[in-house]
Amino acid sequence: MNILVCISKAPDTTSKITFKDNNTAFNEDGVQFIVNPYDEWYALVRALELKETNGGKVTIISVGAADYEPIMRKALAIGADEAVRVDSPALDAYQVAAEIANFISNNSFDLVLTGKETINYNGSQVGGMVAAILDVPYTSNATKLDVNGSKATIERDKQGGTEVLELSLPAVISAAKGMAEQRIPNMRGIMAARSKPLTVVPASVSDSLTETISFSLPPAKGEVKLIDPENITELINLLHNEAKAI
Amino acid sequence: MNVLVFAENDNGKVAKASFEAATYGAKVAATSGGAASIITHGSLDQEGLNELASYGITNILHCSAVTEVDPSQLTKLTIAAAEQTGAELIVFSHDYTGKSIAPLVSAKMKAGMVAGAIDYPEVGADFTVKTNVFSGKAFAQVKIKTDKKIITLIPNAISKVKSEASANVSAFSPDLGAPSVTIKEFKAEGGEGINLTEAELVVSAGRGLKGPENWGMIEELAKELGAATACSRPVSDIGWRPHHEHVGQTGIAIRPNLYIAVGISGAIQHLAGVNGSKVIVVINTDKEAPFFKAADYGVVGDAFDVVPKMIEAVKAFKAGQA
Repeated sequence: MNILVCISKAPDTTSKITFKDNNTAFNEDGVQFIVNPYDEWYALVRALELKETNGGKVTIISVGAADYEPIMRKALAIGADEAVRVDSPALDAYQVAAEIANFISNNSFDLVLTGKETINYNGSQVGGMVAAILDVPYTSNATKLDVNGSKATIERDKQGGTEVLELSLPAVISAAKGMAEQRIPNMRGIMAARSKPLTVVPASVSDSLTETISFSLPPAKGEVKLIDPENITELINLLHNEAKAI
Repeated sequence: MNVLVFAENDNGKVAKASFEAATYGAKVAATSGGAASIITHGSLDQEGLNELASYGITNILHCSAVTEVDPSQLTKLTIAAAEQTGAELIVFSHDYTGKSIAPLVSAKMKAGMVAGAIDYPEVGADFTVKTNVFSGKAFAQVKIKTDKKIITLIPNAISKVKSEASANVSAFSPDLGAPSVTIKEFKAEGGEGINLTEAELVVSAGRGLKGPENWGMIEELAKELGAATACSRPVSDIGWRPHHEHVGQTGIAIRPNLYIAVGISGAIQHLAGVNGSKVIVVINTDKEAPFFKAADYGVVGDAFDVVPKMIEAVKAFKAGQA
């Protein structure tokens, strides 16, 4: 089966977030970039497992400039067969989704996987938008995925429990924790990744629907008020009278 | 502008976050000279519908036929309701269902979407909304460029406000086509069932608890407070607690009124998921734990000593209130 995994670039989870140009742009100085964890740990690894069981090919796609290529090589080192970079800055979720959908409509995939969200924009939008543009079934937040012929069985978290559902392929599914376990690339994978195909395709003039105007940081917390462990009643009183939290 | 709010059916009840979304939609409509409507679905108790009608909403469209959360049908339902009500803005809650449906509606309508809003929009020459980015480490002000707009609102970001007026409830049954997925089974979670993303009070614990067998006191404290339980990533990774309790950068982000962290050091990835909480209490044996810098109240002490004392103190407090 042919699987496409959408890969986004994200700052390492330990990054301190700062902004530049009068708070209009993310300050990338000293920031280590990684494959967005949900895309890598769950979507990509589950795609590789499905390929190992059923045969086929795993392609990764990113919408971004040339500075995306190091993280795309990382995804190839983990085991993807080939990579496609749509040569355009990522403007917003819709533009990224439209570019990915355009690529899919010119190529054939049984299954498209994304992470449930990126850790930099937290939008949970691209997968659903790709599915809507292509008019194929979509399921978000899947914690388990199995494929049997042209049917996929999925477990997903929702309010109050877990839903088990079935849908027909081709489909788009967003992956959450539980779907697979992180794989660390080995030396052979890293060497092989250097010669795997990474194709750059031009963007297809899709426009963005939104635009980020500025960024801000949360206000700093004041000094912590320490309470003696022998006087926990005081803590409960403060939470009630001062913080009004209980 | 006319606003449509998607109100979610949470196993036969109106989801709590939907009342906040209704408040949000009604206020945006009122300040811009429009009307707010609600689209909801499935079998709902009358009490929930009546309450939903009391947040400054003009009309409630209720499609009782859609009982299951099928993304394709709910998308069609929302778009039909938006057409019916002339909505220029559609508001969802940024929860499991809202996150699943809103992007589909956005792409089908080519309506610009802001996910995870934490405040009311600023409406002037531009329409901009403040949203959570970098997993709670920062905010962005995002402009929606299209005439039709979509916002998903983070639970607990705004307070719900009732109004005097009451909405009309009418049946609504547009053609929704066949479902795109077949729901085979729903496995309900055990326990008290307070939904973590919507919870106002959360008690969370980490590796400092030393083993899954020690969570009894965390659950008891949560039960006494009427709080949901949560955990740090290492604890869910080693299987002491279920995945859906993991809060932090790669788990879920929450913003309760009160977050009590027991035996969690407060790594930057964990803080990202909880620093929207209004009040943070940290209990840790290590007075150098980074979490104390992000806390409002701290207790330097052993969880096995402090938590049982808290349970007793909460019981005494409740007895005093009664």
